[in-house]
Amino acid sequence: MNLPILILHATGANRDAEAARACELAGATPHIVHINQLRAGIRRFSDFGMLVLPGGFSYGDALGAGVRQALDLNVFFQEELTEFIETGKPVLGICNGFQSLVKSGHLPGAADDTVRRSEGRHALRRRDVTLTHNVRERFECRWVHLAVEQGTRANCLAQIGEPVFCPVAHGEGNFQVADNEVLEQLEGEGLVAFRYVDSNGERAGGRYPLNPNGSVADIAGICNRAGNVVGLMPHPEDHVDPIQNPLADGKGLGLSLFRAMIASAAGH
Amino acid sequence: MKIFRIEVTKHSDAGDHGIAAAAHRLGISSLRTCRKAQIYFLNFPTAELPTTDQIKRLCDFLLVDPVTESAQVISQPRPCPNDDQLQHADAPNEHVIEVALRPGVTDVAARVLERGAAELGIHDLEAATAAQFRLKGDLSPTDLHRLARDLLCNDTIERYSLGSIEPIFDHSSEARDHVEQVSLTGLSDEELLACSRERLLSLDTEEMKEIQSFYDEIGRAPTDVELETLAQTWSEHCVHKTFKSNIAFTLRSASGQALSVDEIQGLLRTYIQAATEKVNRPWVRSAFVDDAGIIEFDEQFDLAFKVETHNHPSALEPFGGANTGIGGVVRDIIAVSARPVACTDVLCFGPQDLIPQELPAGILHPARVKEGVVAGIGDYGNKLGLPTVNGAVIYDEGYLGNPLVFCGAVGLLPKGSHPTEPRQGDRIVVLGGRTGRDGIHGATFSSAELTQDTHSESGSAVQIGDPITEKGLIELVEAARDQRLYNAVTDCGAGGLSSAVGEMGEKLGADVELQDVPLKYPGLTPWEIWLSEAQERMVLAVPSGNLPRLQELADLWDVEIRDLGHFSGDGWLRVRYGGRAVAELPMSFLHDGLPIPSRTALYEEQAPDLSSLQTVLARPRPELQEKELLVRMLSHPTVASKERIVRTYDHEVRGGTIVRPFVGPHMDGPADAAVLKPLGTWGHERAFSLSTGINPLLGKRDCYAMAVSAVDEAFRNAVSVGADPDRIALLDNFCWGNPTFPDRLGALVRACQGCYDAAVTYNAPYISGKDSLFNEFEGQPIPGTLLISAIGIVPDMRRACTSHLKQPGNCIFLLGETREELGGSLLGQLLGWNGGDPPSLPEEPLRRYRAVHAAMQAGMIQSCHDLSEGGLAVALSEMCLGGRLGASVDISPVMGDAYSHPHVPLFSETNGRLLLEVAPSDRAALEEILSDQPVSFIGEVTDSGQLALTRNRQPIFNISIEEIVSAWKGADAE
Repeated sequence: MNLPILILHATGANRDAEAARACELAGATPHIVHINQLRAGIRRFSDFGMLVLPGGFSYGDALGAGVRQALDLNVFFQEELTEFIETGKPVLGICNGFQSLVKSGHLPGAADDTVRRSEGRHALRRRDVTLTHNVRERFECRWVHLAVEQGTRANCLAQIGEPVFCPVAHGEGNFQVADNEVLEQLEGEGLVAFRYVDSNGERAGGRYPLNPNGSVADIAGICNRAGNVVGLMPHPEDHVDPIQNPLADGKGLGLSLFRAMIASAAGH
Repeated sequence: MKIFRIEVTKHSDAGDHGIAAAAHRLGISSLRTCRKAQIYFLNFPTAELPTTDQIKRLCDFLLVDPVTESAQVISQPRPCPNDDQLQHADAPNEHVIEVALRPGVTDVAARVLERGAAELGIHDLEAATAAQFRLKGDLSPTDLHRLARDLLCNDTIERYSLGSIEPIFDHSSEARDHVEQVSLTGLSDEELLACSRERLLSLDTEEMKEIQSFYDEIGRAPTDVELETLAQTWSEHCVHKTFKSNIAFTLRSASGQALSVDEIQGLLRTYIQAATEKVNRPWVRSAFVDDAGIIEFDEQFDLAFKVETHNHPSALEPFGGANTGIGGVVRDIIAVSARPVACTDVLCFGPQDLIPQELPAGILHPARVKEGVVAGIGDYGNKLGLPTVNGAVIYDEGYLGNPLVFCGAVGLLPKGSHPTEPRQGDRIVVLGGRTGRDGIHGATFSSAELTQDTHSESGSAVQIGDPITEKGLIELVEAARDQRLYNAVTDCGAGGLSSAVGEMGEKLGADVELQDVPLKYPGLTPWEIWLSEAQERMVLAVPSGNLPRLQELADLWDVEIRDLGHFSGDGWLRVRYGGRAVAELPMSFLHDGLPIPSRTALYEEQAPDLSSLQTVLARPRPELQEKELLVRMLSHPTVASKERIVRTYDHEVRGGTIVRPFVGPHMDGPADAAVLKPLGTWGHERAFSLSTGINPLLGKRDCYAMAVSAVDEAFRNAVSVGADPDRIALLDNFCWGNPTFPDRLGALVRACQGCYDAAVTYNAPYISGKDSLFNEFEGQPIPGTLLISAIGIVPDMRRACTSHLKQPGNCIFLLGETREELGGSLLGQLLGWNGGDPPSLPEEPLRRYRAVHAAMQAGMIQSCHDLSEGGLAVALSEMCLGGRLGASVDISPVMGDAYSHPHVPLFSETNGRLLLEVAPSDRAALEEILSDQPVSFIGEVTDSGQLALTRNRQPIFNISIEEIVSAWKGADAE
């Protein structure tokens, strides 16, 4: 398998090289491409079989995490990206990439995408989920456990057996919803992909620091209805070799997430 | 002109933000809640006004989170109401304070907003931002002004208003080309000095006279551009004249007898560089020549390391000062063509619990300084994607008026990839941020003492950083390096373009046009453009044929570049403005004209406190008991957990952190040093360590002892995590008071002598260093503070060691002899006792550390921890808490029965000691490897949940792991 993966580098991205290493270790061929090269048409989304939006601080997150990158996605790449997603190719947003996918409305995505498409270019999707400031109002870096949600629409993740153990490093990773109905809908439709858990896989139940940021229902990551777009706050790309594991117990490699998503790309 | 004001508020703002608590600490108890709002101002000076729909789209796409926030758009700014008018009947006791950046201070959010708006088709927009605080409580106008000044607004970079603030847009002033001729002819010494003071040049009489006679000889008056250039180039900050000066040094005994009188031909040459030359390590690639020291890493790569200080800026504007401190040191790494891979920081603050009424005028409260500095470091390092992995935090009242902020950075560069020789005809190209009136006089300002008026006089020296622009520099310079597009590179630090171009063109001469410098806004005079220390700029020497390729790369990475001129080859510095020469100086005068100063230094040894420890301890007081002392040590702010600070730094980014700041099953035990594996080198097992040694408390007692102890501490910390003791390089950073006083300089001489002796003993070279002098506030110097940073090669990262106990039943060994060395110790401080000898150099430490390293390489050491402040008792406690395991330790082998009180063996701070945990099956092999070393078996790891200390099997005390955790972690303990 030699899947070409697009690692999108927007100005201020910084975990792109680690994401590339993870993709490589998982058997694919990553290409770090600057957003300006895509804008200039030197490279195209369609040249690749999978898209990774890596962590970092795109444009300094000066107007809120991922907001400016989300604008780029909506203004410059609306059609290309929508087409990429609709062909079923896997898209992984990590941390800042996740924030950008949420804030551009690609995650969890509208229930009926055709309605939105008819609104044309520059239309903004109605958003009822967000990633906001951590409840402790500060950036935090610490290792967390996260478990794949049973019955998630991102069914490629089902092959990840044990909780993934990897660091979070963010100030705006607090997943929130507009109201309870939205939460019920997310859970009912299988749009939750990951939750924060303890080392035994039990739900964090909002307990700090297991749930490091105050996310509602311990949600660490979500997916779209087709299950091919996945976003999460923690950094699985920072745990691809057991020597990176601070507990040195050989468990919870984040590499398994990359393997799962890359395997799911094989069908497209 | 129409201005839109958009107020964005969070739906669920509980009105906390810690502001009420902080207000209570200020003595304002009537503040109940404080809610925040973000304000954006949009101005359309030339373009047509946007439609309502466009403004709504701007809000939806960029300014308002629909799930958590809502916005109010006001199209006519209300006239600024005073506080009385804000007292509405429906909201009694609600007050508003609004805070905005001063004109000229970088407003990143506003710039991002302008570019984002353009993407949405809204052009020619000028943006500004402000923060709004809505305060509830019965607050008088005096209260409100105090809250604003002491809590919400920093006058150095911000302004505030009670009620709505008026926006100021940056683009409002006219170009100014004024150049002043400053005649020095005939001025007396006093008048010359007055001229230096008035213009904030920080030049002394001798230096002013040298300049006067130079211009008298060439028969004209200097321009302001020339004077400023000379002042910057000759500043302590840039040329380190104290470290180069000739010093007459007298060492006196406590009884006043002269022990020695020496002539020192430059501290740097005599002690620091001399040590490097003497140890002559072949793996040193560059020491003291480039912007950072460079050592060999593996066959393909070298490592660059640099530590800088940013003390005065951080005293005035803690966030911005620390922020740009990281920015500056990272540029030093880029300036040796390296890719930055990690950051370190060491911070010294005043006491956090100082009551506000005792705060001297003109300084910020130490808690506010700490909060800002920590946020500033995190903001910059995190946004650059660099792990901040090693450091220390020291608290002492000596840092009240003058905190210390040491910022370090490490980089990786392919061997032989750093070109250092500009060629005649090369273009002088500036990259990165635009130039503004920010950061004027930073170099000269950091070469003077702080006073209570410094805030208002030197506010322009302080800036806010823009890490994303710097990130672009990292990418662009790396790409340009790989394509070999430049012949030399340097950063714009202190002195700005003046310093960068002046240094780069020292041999060739340079000719530059200031009108080509990209500006943030018009209105800068030529000298301001030339001297501005605006952040995030680098200068490259580029053969003109390479310019198109460089431009392509710059466009790709969103970095602005501009060709300013060329290296002329005639040995002159020519600075032009619109073609007209505004400075014309021979490089030889600029760089060699500075008279070498002569100074006197005096060091008087301290009279020992003759009261013996025995007498002090004879008082039967509970707080003198061993266990109580241990608890006080563990909760001492300098020793206690720094988790609340360190967790706000990303220490995982780049995926190479092998030993991180916190270790053990709860990931909260203290690590001795960091071990890092650079991305791109995972083909082998080699990694590197970063560690520090610092002990100003000891320096108050004996500066020589402080220096040798700092070297040993940095060194043993590196060895503890697995560094090869024959591959450790050192950096020295001195922060000191005004060196023109003989006592300050004498202490500095002693510290340098300690640096030399220690480096030679450990066979370890200094590869880089920096001194920051004039750290005084209102005539009070800081405690002379030496930071030693060490970078070591860890040959096998899979053998890297951590400090927490691993397995019940394992044996615990103490390596190294313990002497009664309590002078300048933590015990002494807690007892208020100033007696005892200070720690000295251990005997043959290098052989000892080599033996430990061999045992580690053989896989025998399960954990390893160094002994520092608080000695054996604190070190054992830290190993227990990290591993959440107990230990049963009998200290009789440590010093026998030489002291009736066990305080000496428990708390002595003798250098050169490590605790080792070894499996019983490896015990014999370890004892064999350490057979010629002073090493004692002192106990074993247990699962009792207790640290049980005995002497001759008689209990001294037991302390539970929970007690240790709660003392060490304080409020953070779970």
